[in-house]
Amino acid sequence: MLLIKNGRVVDPSTQTDATLDVLVEGDRIAAVGPGLEAPSAEIVDASGLVVAPGFIDIHCHLREPGDESSETIESGTRAAARGGFTTVCCMPNTHPVNDNASVTRFVVDRAAAVGAVRVWPIGAVSAGSRGESLAEIAAMKEAGIVAISDDGHPVASAKLLRQAMEYCQALDLPVIDHCEDPSLFAGAVMREGPSSVRLGLRGMPAATESICVARDVQVAELTGGRLHIAHLSAAESLMLVRQAKRRGLHVTCEVTPHHFTLTDEEVTYDSRFKVNPPIASRQDRDLLLEGLADGSVDAIATDHAPHEPARKDVEFDLAPFGMIGFETALSLALEQLYHSGRVTLPRLVELFTSGPARVLGITRRLAPGEPADLTLFSLDHPWTFRTVESASLSQNSPFDGRSFRGAPVLTVVAGQIAFRR
Amino acid sequence: MFDRFRHLLALEPLSAEQIAFLLDEAKPFQQIQRHPLKKLATLRGKSVVLAFFEPSTRTRLSFGTAASRLGADTMALQAQSSSLKKGESLLDTVHTLEAMKPDCLVIRHAASGAAQFISERVAIPVINAGDGLHEHPTQGLLDALTIRDRRGSLDGLRITILGDIVHSRVARSNIHLLSKFGAHITLCGPPMWIPPELERLAPGVCRSFAIEEALDGAEVVMALRVQSERLNEPSLPRDEYIRLFQLTRARLARARPGALVLHPGPMIRGLEIEPAVADGPQSCVLEQVTNGIAVRMALLYLLIGGTGGLEDLPHAPD
Repeated sequence: MLLIKNGRVVDPSTQTDATLDVLVEGDRIAAVGPGLEAPSAEIVDASGLVVAPGFIDIHCHLREPGDESSETIESGTRAAARGGFTTVCCMPNTHPVNDNASVTRFVVDRAAAVGAVRVWPIGAVSAGSRGESLAEIAAMKEAGIVAISDDGHPVASAKLLRQAMEYCQALDLPVIDHCEDPSLFAGAVMREGPSSVRLGLRGMPAATESICVARDVQVAELTGGRLHIAHLSAAESLMLVRQAKRRGLHVTCEVTPHHFTLTDEEVTYDSRFKVNPPIASRQDRDLLLEGLADGSVDAIATDHAPHEPARKDVEFDLAPFGMIGFETALSLALEQLYHSGRVTLPRLVELFTSGPARVLGITRRLAPGEPADLTLFSLDHPWTFRTVESASLSQNSPFDGRSFRGAPVLTVVAGQIAFRR
Repeated sequence: MFDRFRHLLALEPLSAEQIAFLLDEAKPFQQIQRHPLKKLATLRGKSVVLAFFEPSTRTRLSFGTAASRLGADTMALQAQSSSLKKGESLLDTVHTLEAMKPDCLVIRHAASGAAQFISERVAIPVINAGDGLHEHPTQGLLDALTIRDRRGSLDGLRITILGDIVHSRVARSNIHLLSKFGAHITLCGPPMWIPPELERLAPGVCRSFAIEEALDGAEVVMALRVQSERLNEPSLPRDEYIRLFQLTRARLARARPGALVLHPGPMIRGLEIEPAVADGPQSCVLEQVTNGIAVRMALLYLLIGGTGGLEDLPHAPD
């Protein structure tokens, strides 16, 4: 038993924002209210802390199976717990690709055995993510997937996307797309603009993403299916999502902390800045922040993408895309969104909890009977992120050495403490 | 004035004073090129690694000649004969080269930023001999030296650069260098090779897609090599380029009388430049080659010869 006393309980799904106690019994929440007593419970003094429903990251890469020198389900979920996440959804671009129930079961079983937090796998749209025929989606759903995506690549054609979105209506799964026009993407390593021209690095325009978002939105309209745009990075894409929402389509989107924090002016030859989609222009970054504030963006997702150091310590052109993100996500969100005055605390919590839950078509509430997944965080705790102290096996973060105000303090997964600062 | 100038990676971060100093330093080495006996003993016992991870003839030969005329030994690595094909990383290759204890590393690489990447990971001076689409600083210096010799000064120069600007490291180095001296730089070529962002690269840069207009009043015209692989990208038939942008005698007449014609080489006669212009009296192409050796000798001397780099060396005598 765990009794969390005097925290500021913030749950946007029940419109709660009050100083309350939370009692956890076993793996469930037993009670939420003022002045709770439980003589045999371990007491956690949460005064000065925010108590939120457990954070959900709907986009990450845990690299297992196949690339265990970059990350494992064990190391990745420990990093996630340190970041305040109680659930992470891992993309299927492992080796082998998670395109069938046996790989899904491997991930689920491995997570049950060694995972520090819940792992909900995302299955591939197409066999091998090759963009040809549909994967065994129903079998994967039975084994535990919560969405499908060919992440790393866009769904290869409008026809395949149409099939997937139609089929998934029978399975009640969202289709997550990594939006990118392959011909504009080819050979590019950063966002096209004054910085790419100055550095002599090949750039891709923002339209590389938004052209594909436009296609996807039209397929969503055609099929009536659920479409989720991964790591949205361009202002034009956001505009398309806004329009789609206004027209009542089932279209959602996520933005990563690095895309709402960095601008392409900050990109150097340091390959830790190399990420796909690339870091956007200042103007686009500012519009992403607006979208996060005004509700157009549904979720913050990390796109945690570990790469072992040797693979990243190469020429910018040759380095793989991606950066780790679990442990800095909340602090970057506090910095860019909350301390800057752009969003309220309930909206910030929504972006990590009920927002991603809505994308997945589930509800997560901080209420009696619900799973005891809780994220406690401080709004002010000063700390400095150091990749060497990260639980991840990889260190590819451009935020190494960055100082923050506010951090995860306690992560509770199914009633168990997964991380305590 | 020369704090932290241990390598030569790019011209963009240098000041006009630093560049003028480097050009002054090259002057005595220009004279040596005219002597019957050109070999000095200045760097005897020193060695220079020429690490060329991309095919190059003239730049590699120029650096090799510069090192040898200073008395230094060279060790050359060419992409074709390297272990890169065996999957070794650039970093491992360079650490291997460094373990052979050279005094300077000259690097040419197809990736922008490769020279900087290496300079942050080795203890010896690094000279960038061209990194991807980024910079080719010694080319920028030798071009400036050629212009300054002919014109007397670099101040307020009107120059037109023709060709595939966005994919050219030579153009970037020239733009950064000349802009620091207040040049008016006109970039001319097919619009897809001259994106608007280039106007923000440095002060004094403007674009033009009409060659006659671009050449109007130019004191220097620089034609860049049109790389055939670019023509093969879905874009431009060769004849279209020639029709619109080849530097011909008739078009050159729009520039100031006696305007200088520069080309970094290798030159494709009949594509970017008409043979009559390449061989004409206004062409400085061969002078550029000779000046390249002088500039590279000066750099090797400054970076290896001094005890700690440029900051310790006196200014060159006039």
